[in-house]
Amino acid sequence: MNVSSTTLSSILFVSFVAITLLVVWRASRSTKKASDFYDGGASFSGFQNGLAIAGDYMSAASFLGIAGTIALFGYDGFLYSIGFLVAWLVALLLIAEPLRNSGRFTMGDVLAFRMRQRPVRTASAVSTIIVSIFYLLAQMVGAGALVSLLLGITDPATKNLIIVGVGILMILYVTIGGMKGTTYVQIIKAFLLMIGAALLTLLVLAHFHFNVAELLGAAAENSGKKDAFLQPGLKFGKDVFQADGVTLDAAKTLFSRLDLISLGLALVLGTAGLPHILIRFYTVPNSKAARKSVNWAIGNIGVFYLMTIALGFGAAALVSRTTLFRGYKVNDAGCVIDKEGNQIGDACTTLDHLKDLSPDLKKALVPIDPSGNVAAPQLAQFLGGGEGTVGGAIMLAIIGAIAFATILAVVAGLTLASSSSLAHDLYANVIKRGKATPESEVRVAKIAAIVIGLVAIVLAIGAQTLNVAFLVAIAFAIAASGNLPAVLYTMFWKRFNTRGAVWAIYGGLAAALILLAFGPNVSGFETSFFKLSEIGTRWDYFPLANPGIVSIPLGFLFGWLGTITSNEKNTAKYAELEVRSLTGAAIGKAVQH
Amino acid sequence: MGSTEQERVWEEAQASPEFQALKRKFRNFAFPLTVAFLVWYFAYVLLTAFARPWVSQEVVPHINIAFILGVLQFVTTFLIAWLYERHSSKHLDDASEALKSKVEKELGL
Repeated sequence: MNVSSTTLSSILFVSFVAITLLVVWRASRSTKKASDFYDGGASFSGFQNGLAIAGDYMSAASFLGIAGTIALFGYDGFLYSIGFLVAWLVALLLIAEPLRNSGRFTMGDVLAFRMRQRPVRTASAVSTIIVSIFYLLAQMVGAGALVSLLLGITDPATKNLIIVGVGILMILYVTIGGMKGTTYVQIIKAFLLMIGAALLTLLVLAHFHFNVAELLGAAAENSGKKDAFLQPGLKFGKDVFQADGVTLDAAKTLFSRLDLISLGLALVLGTAGLPHILIRFYTVPNSKAARKSVNWAIGNIGVFYLMTIALGFGAAALVSRTTLFRGYKVNDAGCVIDKEGNQIGDACTTLDHLKDLSPDLKKALVPIDPSGNVAAPQLAQFLGGGEGTVGGAIMLAIIGAIAFATILAVVAGLTLASSSSLAHDLYANVIKRGKATPESEVRVAKIAAIVIGLVAIVLAIGAQTLNVAFLVAIAFAIAASGNLPAVLYTMFWKRFNTRGAVWAIYGGLAAALILLAFGPNVSGFETSFFKLSEIGTRWDYFPLANPGIVSIPLGFLFGWLGTITSNEKNTAKYAELEVRSLTGAAIGKAVQH
Repeated sequence: MGSTEQERVWEEAQASPEFQALKRKFRNFAFPLTVAFLVWYFAYVLLTAFARPWVSQEVVPHINIAFILGVLQFVTTFLIAWLYERHSSKHLDDASEALKSKVEKELGL
């Protein structure tokens, strides 16, 4: 990125921050009740909330990550888009309306509706905070990486400063504006993101005469992978060969395929268990508006993910792979080197002469950035006229600023979800046993937002080497394994009780975390958190990177087991929950216990 | 109103034929549809995992079965959202509104 686009990007981003802070401040002045902190007065329309949901959901991981995955691996990136979208049908058909009708501020409201308050609220708060923190870390680590990529900053101190800045901004949004302010930030961001993606999509399609087959063909050609680029298998569910490199290793290949299915499960079942998504349904006045908001969200998110196809394949077709990888590792003499640091080939090959390398030797190249996260900004630069042109600089600046706005809106939603749960579930209902005044509750929520923000800043600075997609996958796996079984059981299973809820949440959460800890993400490989070559030992006894295929059924099993081993029954309260959830009677009124 | 009286109102509402009809209309639509889209989604994921030669066949140049199946997932998601909206506004909203008023009146809200 040259100086002019860095300056322009900074100006655009500072304007976004200034405008959103103004909006948030104005929102805080129109706040009437203390409880507006949680639900924004429950007065947003279905359309507004649909945009806000899209703004809350479409993280930098989906904008930059999916476009990058498609740009590098072709078809497989598409699997993310599909899973993230189809997931919304679970929310639409089973969750959004009953949740709006029977809860008020947090996921814990619904889970504890007919249960003993303290154990269930505690479990719900623990799960909300763990899921949100992992998701928050992913976004903040992503913010640091994004800035270093876009602005060419490699100095760790500046990167840390960016993370601190993001943290302070999200704390400001949440403490000043509460749910109302956060919602406006998310609406503005969703609007900008849709416009930005639509602009790029139009330019890509125009470049290929609005012929998708031509775009795909060019992408396959330019990627160097030919038809395989348009087929599944370059990233997920890969064939694994034995040491001879020819014979298929049947067991490992099967595990690799199962990992793909496990990822699919977590994507489709995780969304409806994400606390920061669930609390968005409380910002509308009734279940009809909740349904409309999900429909608007599905429309927005679906169109957006369709556009990521054009962005990803467009980047693959128009931007060289060397640029997508941001170059390859070279030695002091400027010759390309392999993983061990040895020069590739007999003679020195510089980056300008890569085409002299044979295809076999090319495989040994080491990308500077193997994630492809900058594919969308690079595509924008190309479509604006290329590197060094004014148009290219402007497009790069716009897309860079939008990506940053995207991160801010998502982290604000996450901070709000976890501080709400800390204040409303833990402080008001567990510690004060339901006797806290609304004012003291909101004061605690604001302090909680500051504390969570600071904790997230410290963790994110320490977690910068972690893979962003991995952190998001943890959040989805926990949400699908612990939260979703508990929410579904409590809505639809009469017999469900306190022990069932507690076991489902802790059981699903523990299963997901333990399987992750003993999986390939944590040890056993060079890509693991504990690199095999550095610590020399491994404990990757669970072969899948995604635990969902085991931990989600376990969550449901624990919930069932806890329920049937306890004698507690709550027929009267279930009658109230069932009638409330389907009719919206006494909506927004606290439950008497 | 005491809490036992409130409990009675909720339990009577739950037992009422109107509520049972509403619940049936909701579940008979939402549950099978949920099963259907999950089966269709996992059929797609399983095909991309285990039937790669088949899904890799091109229908027209550069557009293979896998790509078409993927785009169809988008289409069916939009379609199901629209179907559910239509079903709810036609068959559920009025009945649930009527029950809501009745229950809230009995509760004195």
